[in-house]
Amino acid sequence: MPVNPAVVEVRGVSYSAGPRQIFNGLDLAVRHGSITAVMGPSGTGKTTLLRLLTGQAYASAGSVRVLGQDVASLKRAELFALRRRMGMLFQNGALLTDLNVFENVAFPVREHARLPEPVLRRLVLMKLEAVGLRGAEQLMPQELSGGMARRVALARAIVMDPEVLIYDEPFVGLDPVSMGIIVRLIKRLNDALGITSIVVSHDVAEVGSIADYSYLLAGGKVVASGTTAELQASNDPSVRQFMQGTSDGPVSFHYPAGDYAGALLDSSDLPKGVRA
Amino acid sequence: MKNQRSLELVTGLFVLLGLAALVFLTTQLPGSKLAVLGDTAGYEVSARFENVGDLQAGAPVSMAGVKIGRVSRVVFDSTDYKAVVSMVLDERYQRIPDDSWAGIETAGLLGAKYVGLDAGGSETYLKSGSQIENTQSAMVLEKLINRLFSAFASKGSDSSEEKK
Amino acid sequence: MLRDVGAVALFLVRVLAACGPALRRPSLIVRQVYNSGARSLIIIMLCGVVVGMIMGLAFSDMLARFGSESALGVAAGLALLKELGPVLTALLFAGRAGTSLASEIGLMRATDQLTAMQVMAVDPMRNVVAPRFLGAVIAMPLLVAIFNILGIYGTQLIGVTVRGVDAGTFWSQMQNQLDVSDVGEGIAKSLVFGVICALMAVYQGYHAEPTAEGVGLATTRTVISSSVLVLVFDYILTAAFL
Repeated sequence: MPVNPAVVEVRGVSYSAGPRQIFNGLDLAVRHGSITAVMGPSGTGKTTLLRLLTGQAYASAGSVRVLGQDVASLKRAELFALRRRMGMLFQNGALLTDLNVFENVAFPVREHARLPEPVLRRLVLMKLEAVGLRGAEQLMPQELSGGMARRVALARAIVMDPEVLIYDEPFVGLDPVSMGIIVRLIKRLNDALGITSIVVSHDVAEVGSIADYSYLLAGGKVVASGTTAELQASNDPSVRQFMQGTSDGPVSFHYPAGDYAGALLDSSDLPKGVRA
Repeated sequence: MKNQRSLELVTGLFVLLGLAALVFLTTQLPGSKLAVLGDTAGYEVSARFENVGDLQAGAPVSMAGVKIGRVSRVVFDSTDYKAVVSMVLDERYQRIPDDSWAGIETAGLLGAKYVGLDAGGSETYLKSGSQIENTQSAMVLEKLINRLFSAFASKGSDSSEEKK
Repeated sequence: MLRDVGAVALFLVRVLAACGPALRRPSLIVRQVYNSGARSLIIIMLCGVVVGMIMGLAFSDMLARFGSESALGVAAGLALLKELGPVLTALLFAGRAGTSLASEIGLMRATDQLTAMQVMAVDPMRNVVAPRFLGAVIAMPLLVAIFNILGIYGTQLIGVTVRGVDAGTFWSQMQNQLDVSDVGEGIAKSLVFGVICALMAVYQGYHAEPTAEGVGLATTRTVISSSVLVLVFDYILTAAFL
């Protein structure tokens, strides 16, 4: 069966949350087997994009195709079937708090498949080993550090051998060591398991080091795309500001305000007779 | 998983307790037989009344105002159309004369009925299986009022007759 | 207000629909019966006895003015079975178990656990909400029955030992006057109140704002909405049973 080169295709998508328009004509595609980064300033709707991919939100215009299927047109059972082929890593891990590490990783399998207990046990242990946490199987989520929790969540995300893995801000709040571990894991899993990875992040350096292709979102559209090198070399001021993290540029430092000198020289709040 | 076992145990206990409470409420409470509450052992005597009012099983039997026993059963005898009241008297009180009077009395003005015993003078005493012969039926309020009214009515007609 | 009522009604339909599949996982439901019921047992038992004792004092005093202390058993039995048992238990339940359920679900909402379940193609209604709902609905009538029993014993304790009411009269009068329909009315109320408290708790938790304040607000709303609805439905049911 020929493999569709585009695992995810987003074409002309518009989406609004109440009065705010989040996306206006968004176009992007994710190639099979690649690590694709989706970057952008806070609030550009990166998480919303993920919700469009998993069918938790529907676009008001355009189409979202995942693994060759139009997400919006799927019925409930078909949507559930599609979701089983995807794995998602949440920003804070989202482990189930009343289950221990082993049970958390085993959760999707118990829900969707009828594996004999010994087989399940070995499967879970293998996935935990892949993220380096096989020894922590008895711990409860509350006992894990942030980085460890995220790795357990990763093991859970891959336990059903998904074809697409989505990472929602995987580097936020981690110390350098944990961050390095996660970066390495993303790359290794992608290559070893032959999956397609989508990483939503604003950690330019981290994600840039492993991404095959990147999209930079701003103002509800893609403002730049290309390999990490291409983006680094870009002359577009918005792209340059983002990639280099300069504090002032197209995204300005100052929140829109009136005239500064005027605000200081305004004598209306001073006692009578006193001049500024 | 060990946690699960003990959890199930406690839950099972709770459910059992609740169901037992429900069963108790539905079967024991509404008008059914009553288990005698911690009364000491006693001997049973009986008495026959024209009318016992709404005397219940479980009502106290008092003498000189002191509770000495409990009504165990109230049944209707269709041969002589009387109410047969069975009572259990406390073992400690063995010297109750067998010619004592048993009356159905009311606790307070509108209260529940109970059996009051007035001592007689006999030298022989009640024992298990005895029957109290001298009985006084309950005063039913409605009948009292009726008698009162008819007494007033006849008094009225008497005086009007005298006038004639 | 109208929108809220509609939202709650729709949610109830979803929860009920999820109850069927949820019954295939009895272990989840058992755990929730434990959480809602067994863990509320101590407070329910304690309050039951105390309320009974209060009635023993208050009613025997009131009845003595009419010379009817012997009716204490009837008065206490009726009051408990028909009104105080279901209502007080429901209010206590909303405070203890209701808030616990709401904050649990609210926290799962705030930490994305519910969303994670959806993404893993597991229906959180079936796994999280329905078992908690069923657990609470099962636990309530049981708790009410236990409350009532202890209340009656509490009344007897005070009535007989402190106020001198005859024990036999107490029980026999109650047994004579109480009807199975009185007990039935109490059970019906406890079921309705159970549904109310359970629904409010899971609804508020599920729709909590995913923040710390949001969870706190959800618990407050649970208590308030449960209490008000219980009292309103108590009036409706009492009138219906007359």
